[in-house]
Order: sequence, then C-alpha cells, then structure tokens
Amino acid sequence: MLSQPIRYTFGGDEQLFAEISDEMSLDAFFKSLSMVEAIKKQAMEGILDVCLANASFQIRFNPDVIHPDDLLIKVKAIESLTRHQQSQCLETRIVEIPVLYNDPWTHETLMRFRDRHQDPNATDLEYAARINGLQDTQAFIDAHSGSPWFVSMVGFVSGLPFMFQMVEQEKQLEVPKYLSPRTDTPKQTLGHGGCFGCIYSVRGAGGYQMFGVTPSPIYDPLQSLSYFKDSMVFFRTGDIVQFKPLARDEYDHILEQVEAGDYAPKTRPFSFNLEDYQADPEGYKKTIMEVLYVD
Amino acid sequence: MSIKVIKPGLATSVQDKGREGYYHLGIPPSGAMDQYAMTLANLLLKNDENAAVLECALLGPELLFQQDAMVAICGARMVPKIDGQIMPLDTVLDIKAGQTLRFNYPTSGARAYLAVAGGIDVPMALGSRSTYTLGSLGGHEGRRLIAGDELPIGQPNAHCQVGQSLPEEFITNIGKETILRIIPGMYIHRLTDDAVERFYEDSWTVGSEADRIGYRFKDGRPMDFIPRKPPFGAGSDPSNIVDACYPIGSIQIPAGKEPIVLHRDAVSGGGYATIGTVISTDMDLIGQMQPNYKAQFKPISMAEALTARKLKQEKLQRVRERLKHS
Repeated sequence: MLSQPIRYTFGGDEQLFAEISDEMSLDAFFKSLSMVEAIKKQAMEGILDVCLANASFQIRFNPDVIHPDDLLIKVKAIESLTRHQQSQCLETRIVEIPVLYNDPWTHETLMRFRDRHQDPNATDLEYAARINGLQDTQAFIDAHSGSPWFVSMVGFVSGLPFMFQMVEQEKQLEVPKYLSPRTDTPKQTLGHGGCFGCIYSVRGAGGYQMFGVTPSPIYDPLQSLSYFKDSMVFFRTGDIVQFKPLARDEYDHILEQVEAGDYAPKTRPFSFNLEDYQADPEGYKKTIMEVLYVD
Repeated sequence: MSIKVIKPGLATSVQDKGREGYYHLGIPPSGAMDQYAMTLANLLLKNDENAAVLECALLGPELLFQQDAMVAICGARMVPKIDGQIMPLDTVLDIKAGQTLRFNYPTSGARAYLAVAGGIDVPMALGSRSTYTLGSLGGHEGRRLIAGDELPIGQPNAHCQVGQSLPEEFITNIGKETILRIIPGMYIHRLTDDAVERFYEDSWTVGSEADRIGYRFKDGRPMDFIPRKPPFGAGSDPSNIVDACYPIGSIQIPAGKEPIVLHRDAVSGGGYATIGTVISTDMDLIGQMQPNYKAQFKPISMAEALTARKLKQEKLQRVRERLKHS
C-alpha cells in the first residue's frame, strides 16, 4: 500500500489535478480509483467530471459554484478518510480482444513514418522484440498475448484504453514512444508506449509503437452494435483484457460479423482482488483464463 | 428549409457551449473556442445563449439561405457579404431565401461566429450540439461542414430585431500580440529554474499546427528538464511522465522544445509533463490567434484568475442588460 500523501496542483481555474505517485503500479491505480469513487459518491455541487488516470486523477469543476480552496479541503478530507480503507476489490469484467498481429495496415503506416522511429531499418514489432530481449517477433507476440492486461485509464481520444500488463514488473514489456509522433494511425491499432499498451479507438495521430489491429470496434458514436447500447465507449477503467491472436481468415470472418451488426466481444463478469493477484500473479492468470474460457 | 453549404471554408463546424461530464472517457468539452464571441452573437439575436452557431476559421464558408433568416456575426473581423454587398459585423442582418452569404479574409482574429436566429438545429449528442471531429460526434454528422450539407434552423425569437447592433465597448480588440495568463503548476517542478524564466521571458509564435485540439508555439528558446532516473512506466525522455490527465488549457513541452496549449477538443491525457494551465478567461483569446501571431505567457495566482473570470462575467452581464433594453 502506498503511504505517501497525494500531490495536489490546480490546472488553471477549472481543474484540480492529483498525483498519487510518479511511478506506475497497480497499488497507485487502486488508490486513485478509491479516491475517484469516494469523490463521486459525495456528489459535490460544482464538480463537472472526475477523470481517473493510471496513477493520478483530475477533477473538472466550476469555480463559480465551488471555490477551488473549498474543493481542495474537501478532497483532502476524503483522502484522510480513505487512507485506511482503500478498496482492494473491484467488480469488473474480463474481455477477450481478438488481434491480427503484424497486419498489413499498421505495417503500411509504420513504413510511412520510419524517419520518426528509433530503428528505421526494423518494423515496430522487430524493434520491440529486440529491445525486450526476445528471440523474434513471434516470441514478442507470445509474451504480449500470453498474459492479461488491466485497463488503468480511458482517454487521450474517445474511449481509448491504456492497459497495464498483469505480470511482475521485471517481465513487463517496455518500449519507448516514437521519436516524434505520427500524424496517422489506423483505427483499432494495438499500440505500446512506456509500459502501457493501448488500442487506438479512432484513426489519428499517435506516438505508440504499432503491433497489430483488432477487428473489434471499441468506440461507436452511432451506437449501432448491440454492445454499445448503453454507452458509445466500450472500455471502462478496471476492465481486464486478454488478447487472442488471429489468423487472417479469422480476422476477416469477425469483420464480416461486425459489418452484419452481429458481433460482440466475449466478456465475463469478474471480481478482481488486488491482494490475491499480488500474492500470486501466475496463479491468478490461470483463474482469469478459466473465467474467460471455461463455461 | 435550411442553409445550404456551397463552399465549406477552411474549417467550419457547428458549436455551442460544449458538453461536460465525458472527459473521463476521453470525450472533451468541445464548443466554441471563443465562448464570449459566440455568446454575443446569440445575445444579439435573442437566442438561447447556448444555441448552436457556426464557428468559421480563417477562410469562411459560402452559404446559400433557402429560407428567410436573421443572422449575426461576431468574433474575428471577417467582413460578411450578402449577395456581394458588404454588411456590418456585430449586427443583426436580414437574409432572404435565395441569397448567399460569404466572408472576406479576417483582418484580425481567426474565428468568426455566425449565429442564426433560432439556432442551428442539429441533433443533440451527449447533451450538446458541438462537433467533436476526432470522435465523429455531435454537430452535423460528427464532422466539419462540406459542400452540399444542409443545416436546419430553429424557430427565431419573436423579439429579434434586424439592425440591432452591439455597442463598440463590448467588442474584443484582437491584436497580433497577446498576453496569456497561466496558473503555473502541474509538473513545472520538472523544469529547471532557468527554463521557467525563459518560458515567461520569450515571445512565442503560433505555428502551423494550431487547431481546435491545441496550439503549438515556436521561436522560443529550448527548455531543460531536471535530469532524473525515469520513474517506472514514464518513458525515457526527460519530458515524459506516467500518462496522466491533461487539463483544458494545459501547456506541455515535448522534449523541451515547442509548447502546446490544449484547447476545447483536447486529448484528455498523455505522457508529457504539463507545466501550467492557461486560465479559462484567456482561452477565448487563443481561439482568435492566427498562425504567426505572438503570445507571452504570464504567471498569475488563482485569486487573480478568479477575479479575471468575474470581470468577464460582469462584462457579459452588462451586454445582456444593454441588449434587453434596446
């Protein structure tokens, strides 16, 4: 458990920013989550939005309704209350995301931006495999799809999940971001920067390394597919994601289902317990796989 | 009956005050970049202050009115022409069905706000009519206008009067050099003291990447971050942090080179250290900056920011009263 006090700083006159830790860890995420939940529960007037990020959070507020100093006092009071009752449990879901690794579209895109990359003579996958000490790209794909990921932030652009790999820190895949961001990234690209994985929800700029693409839409402003009925954004912080490598014909098949409006990713409800996970990450991985695949 | 887009202009989109409550999902507030100018245009027409307008950036659109309408244009000095005839800004204008509205290039400012009596009547999306282009959300089909689009308009207020104009004292004078007030904070402790001093001293020029997401500034001296061992998950560049939330108006300096100020279509978070945030009152000024305009950043306290906010609100209140009694 993290014992250091939260660092507060105002983002102009409409945002209060709070940093739990400058390092990423699931402990920091859970402390941030506890704070965000407690703040939302108080339903303070003048709060417009509470945004949860990996190891920090941010409150957007209207200073005409609540004075910034009063807001800070109230949030600090919540901090001292939650210090000893930080939640370790989370009612969440396990989601299977199918992926075509090393696909032609991200490959075409990454070739266009080689001049912005650390290693212009290799692909993003080859580079990532090499600097993580893995034998080849297949070994990297195995490591990437061989453990679950935890959604620790939703944002950047609409509905984009940032994911933290659920393995011991020394086994986490780490890659730098591009030297200079690309101006283009295909929709539903699997990206990676620092220790975080992501799925680009829409086409646009991006600086993460690109490894593949999922046929599964994760943002649908028209809410046409059934699993967007309640929200145009699919991911929520706390979701657990398991990637499933696809062959090209499997990818095409899912795309057909998506186009026919007849697709939903496999999801299962799950109670995540941080202590249990930290006591035995390998064993916990098996539990997650069982929940996902054993009916 | 509606307004038909003949030429879309450079970047014309439907905007209102914006949407709140979805930033935690990466969906930013959006809304008019110059909220003051948008509100003036609506007040002139006796519209709801949150009625949707067209935000017209730099190169205005060409619009064919397919019904009689009243309009008002505020913000950037982009002179309107109805069927070729020059018309005044900041004034309620009468347009007949079949007439065409065009704009001259801005002599100052970057965004004109075209309000129509009754408002642009596109569907609400998450509580607002504002366009969020990156997320294909809101406005007209979730995007900027293109030729051939037809925009429905709402029912005008019966008290709207052609010829009503805005008293001069309420019109913002847009200069080519602006002071942007900021509240320092966030990750400013990551910069060296020298770098912070330089940041305030230098005059920054708006670069070519300047849009609704953010404004990139150039021509200042590079800034150094204090060396450190990167915290786990942050990334190796000294300007990197563990990806965190970005306030609207926040300033980041990737690799210590060119500051970027995020605006109302902001990306909601990312991995660069932010060093302070432009106060809400001065966000309108950024919306009126053309490429090559210059800015200097001035640090102020929260108390000063709240005073500036209050002064702006009082000014708007005086506009409301003046237009009510005239």
